[in-house]
Amino acid sequence: MNFVIPDFAPAIPEMVLLALTSFILVADTFWAKRSQFATYYATQIALVVVAVLILMSFSTTQIITFDGSFVRDSFADILKLFVLVISIGIFVFSKEYLLQHKFFSGEFFVLGLFGVLGMFVMISSYNFITLYLGLEIMSLSMYAMVAMRKDSGAAVEAGMKYFVLGALATGMLLYGFSMIYGATGEIGFAQVSEVISSGNADGVVLAFGVVFIVIGLAFKLGAVPFHMWMPDVYQGAPTAVTLYLGTAPKIAGFAIVYRLLAEALPGLVEEWQSLIIMLSILSMVLGSIAAIVQDNLKRMLAYSGIGHIGFLLLGVIAATPDGYSASMFYVIVYAITGLAGFGMIVALSRTGNEFDRVVDFKGLNARNPWLAVMMLIVMFSMAGIPPFIGFWAKIIVIEEVIKAGFTWIAVVAVITAVISAYYYLRVVKAMYFDEPEDNTKIEPVSGSLNWTVSFVALSLLVLGLMPSSLINLCYQSINSLAL
Amino acid sequence: MLSSLPILSTLIWLPIIGGLLVLFAGRNNPTVAKWLSLLTVVATFLLSIPLVTGFDTTTASMQFVEQVAWVPMFNIHYHLGVDGLSMPLVLLTTFTQVLVIASAWDVIKERVEQYMGAFLIMGGIMVGVFVALDSILFYIFWEALLIPMFIVIGKWGGPRRVYATLKFFLYTFFGSVFMLVSFLYMYHESGSFSILDFHGMQLGMTAQILIFLAFFLAFAVKIPMFPVHTWLPDAHVEAPTAGSVVLAAIMLKMGGYGFVRLSLPVTPDASMTLDWLMIGLSLIAIVYIGIVALVQNDMKKLVAYSSISHMGFVTLGLFLVYDILQNTGSIQGAQLGMEGAMVQMISHGFISGAMFLAIGVLYDRMHTREISAYSGVVNKMPWFVMFAVIFAMANVGLPGTSGFVGEFMVILSAFKANLWYGTLAALTLVIGAAYTLWMVKRVFFGQITNENVEKLTDLNKREFAIMATLAIVIIALGVFPAPLMEVMHASVENLLVQATTSKL
Repeated sequence: MNFVIPDFAPAIPEMVLLALTSFILVADTFWAKRSQFATYYATQIALVVVAVLILMSFSTTQIITFDGSFVRDSFADILKLFVLVISIGIFVFSKEYLLQHKFFSGEFFVLGLFGVLGMFVMISSYNFITLYLGLEIMSLSMYAMVAMRKDSGAAVEAGMKYFVLGALATGMLLYGFSMIYGATGEIGFAQVSEVISSGNADGVVLAFGVVFIVIGLAFKLGAVPFHMWMPDVYQGAPTAVTLYLGTAPKIAGFAIVYRLLAEALPGLVEEWQSLIIMLSILSMVLGSIAAIVQDNLKRMLAYSGIGHIGFLLLGVIAATPDGYSASMFYVIVYAITGLAGFGMIVALSRTGNEFDRVVDFKGLNARNPWLAVMMLIVMFSMAGIPPFIGFWAKIIVIEEVIKAGFTWIAVVAVITAVISAYYYLRVVKAMYFDEPEDNTKIEPVSGSLNWTVSFVALSLLVLGLMPSSLINLCYQSINSLAL
Repeated sequence: MLSSLPILSTLIWLPIIGGLLVLFAGRNNPTVAKWLSLLTVVATFLLSIPLVTGFDTTTASMQFVEQVAWVPMFNIHYHLGVDGLSMPLVLLTTFTQVLVIASAWDVIKERVEQYMGAFLIMGGIMVGVFVALDSILFYIFWEALLIPMFIVIGKWGGPRRVYATLKFFLYTFFGSVFMLVSFLYMYHESGSFSILDFHGMQLGMTAQILIFLAFFLAFAVKIPMFPVHTWLPDAHVEAPTAGSVVLAAIMLKMGGYGFVRLSLPVTPDASMTLDWLMIGLSLIAIVYIGIVALVQNDMKKLVAYSSISHMGFVTLGLFLVYDILQNTGSIQGAQLGMEGAMVQMISHGFISGAMFLAIGVLYDRMHTREISAYSGVVNKMPWFVMFAVIFAMANVGLPGTSGFVGEFMVILSAFKANLWYGTLAALTLVIGAAYTLWMVKRVFFGQITNENVEKLTDLNKREFAIMATLAIVIIALGVFPAPLMEVMHASVENLLVQATTSKL
């Protein structure tokens, strides 16, 4: 039997990340005694190093290695870079939050890094096994993070729920994979796609496989009707963890949707398209209506996140390279906006006070006008109101779904956008029009937090005024794959 | 030097940047905020004058054009320009802005910098709406305006301000998103977002009807037309004076502008097929809403309803065109209606602005707008009442004021279209006179019955200057409207051609 040494070069960022993470894991036990923040800084440095590595070896062509199980292309590189940038932001916010809430520990950062590694593997997966591996690396880290706060009943309960339902979703996904494998005899995305298009596979088994895969994906993304875990987990988890759950993993989630549906199963588009339409519409409608009654901001953002997933799927419905590009743009914008939104909650929370209820934001304009403006930008961007970047994200996915001939879906989408505007406005109303419960001036816990949250929020405005380069980046990266 | 300056961009960005500066520089320092704001709006107004002096009245094509690629991927451009339809509206905006800032001078005490900043930013955005020639750019300005207005009504408004401002935001947002979907659909069909390209594109009847209805939702809510007008009285009553002025004088015009810039030229066949709907709703607005205005106890509410009624003339004048051409074949008749509608927009901008400012003057002194709380104000405030009566007369449509010109033109053309249309439209002269004069009688004249009225003081210099400026403009436009019509003439002619050329 010949053993061919695979080309390791494309996976260097992952390997470096794994090595650094393992090193930090071990070193943390020594560092923790001497310097509290050593692990934190090491984590940030690791992320920057990996980002630099990716930038230096930025791939313009598609490279497949490890016997067809791992792919490196510009799509993957761009998404990974955004995962890194968002993660850096997440850790900046988390550091302060963990300190404030007195459970600062190295595990959080190490688990976070492993999660990022999982996302990387998901983004670069090119067969079912790699994808499963990446998904589990990420999910296991996140289950642990949600339940990390042992003294909080809500967090432990959320961790339990997340774990059980996440495991169920993984089961569904695996079941779907096995059916596709059974029908095609292949696990590589390219080979599966080839066999399906040749028409030699059993259509019924394939159709069942697709249904299970889509259900599994919907669970992971939190699309209705498989969304039940999201509000509970978002609310129950410590805000720093919610921040993590609600941002970077969405990017990886989109990546696997793309890899599975567009690269492995394009031949079954008729089967999955109608499923995605259903998921998308249900998510938009339920996400926007259920969020109205939420008094907890984290819970509200969870429902709003469900609605955003519905919007994200609009581009997937189109099932064209342009459609996927629009979704890619949407998910990046959503991750940045989510970072700003949850970041704001972190920035304002104090020991023993989470600052995550809508009433907490009452009179914020009187207490800190600058942060009120930042939060206003975040809310209006989420609502898709110009000139913020969220507007462009919505208009592009809607344009793609119209181009695909589904104008009626576009109409449903804009109606849900109007409904959802109501609950974003509720936050603005609380900040600007309601009297604060106490009039003390409120500042972020630290100056760096103030800068970070302002930077992220203002980037929503700046990107909104100059959206062109980010849009181009997304369209080019996917179109280069399609050619 | 001025000729090389991109005037339209300056008119948009100068107030916006000025507004941001006010937000920062004026924090904890109201005096700086006020003077910086005044400086900005005056500079903006002065810079808008070259639009008039450099305007070529012989052409209907776009002037002062600026075009830069913005999002090349989707063929979206930063594309600005004005013609005879939009230029007067731009000027109305920059002029009103000066009055708005002046009117709030001593009245706003709390967070002056946010208030002034919001109005400056609104000013830039409103100019943007009138000059944008790319539909996405147009939409962005159109929607972005909601944000500062939302804050202004919600923060400085009356007791039910939160309800009113949410209603305002959601109504107008709901209307506009369908416009966005039509833009996207037309982009998909034509490959361009340019409004001028939309004018030239062929569209099937079904598509036209759907697009017309989508536009209708957006513009009818904004103007507002019966039955989607209910947000307006709420918003007006709760808004601070300057907010009402901007709402009535400029924001309502955005709806009318939408009809002339998009509905008529882009969907002419649908406009023709559905003109009965537009005419019907316009006549309901003129007559029924006029009667509703009669029974109001709150002065602002009364003027708000009167605004809806008067804006009915705008839509009536625009959509009468098809009936006139069918019945008489008179192109002049059709043009008369359209031009009347345009003049009515400008004139209503000044008159409604003036009415709200006058009510604001009373409100600042007495903190009530109940008609019954006043009586015999003339004894204490003769100068004020003089101006207020001029404005009221203009609102009634008395010859010699600007209110007469537009309404008269529309009524004349309504008679050309159909005797009943003319009769119903002319009813406004009776109803309008009834509610306006009755209010004038109850508020300004008669015996003083309330001791608070006894303590009233007449206009101060600032208020006098504002009122006098408006009175001069209103009378000048009434006596000599020719220059305004000359500016519009070529563009209205062109609009008529566009509105009557089938695209099927």
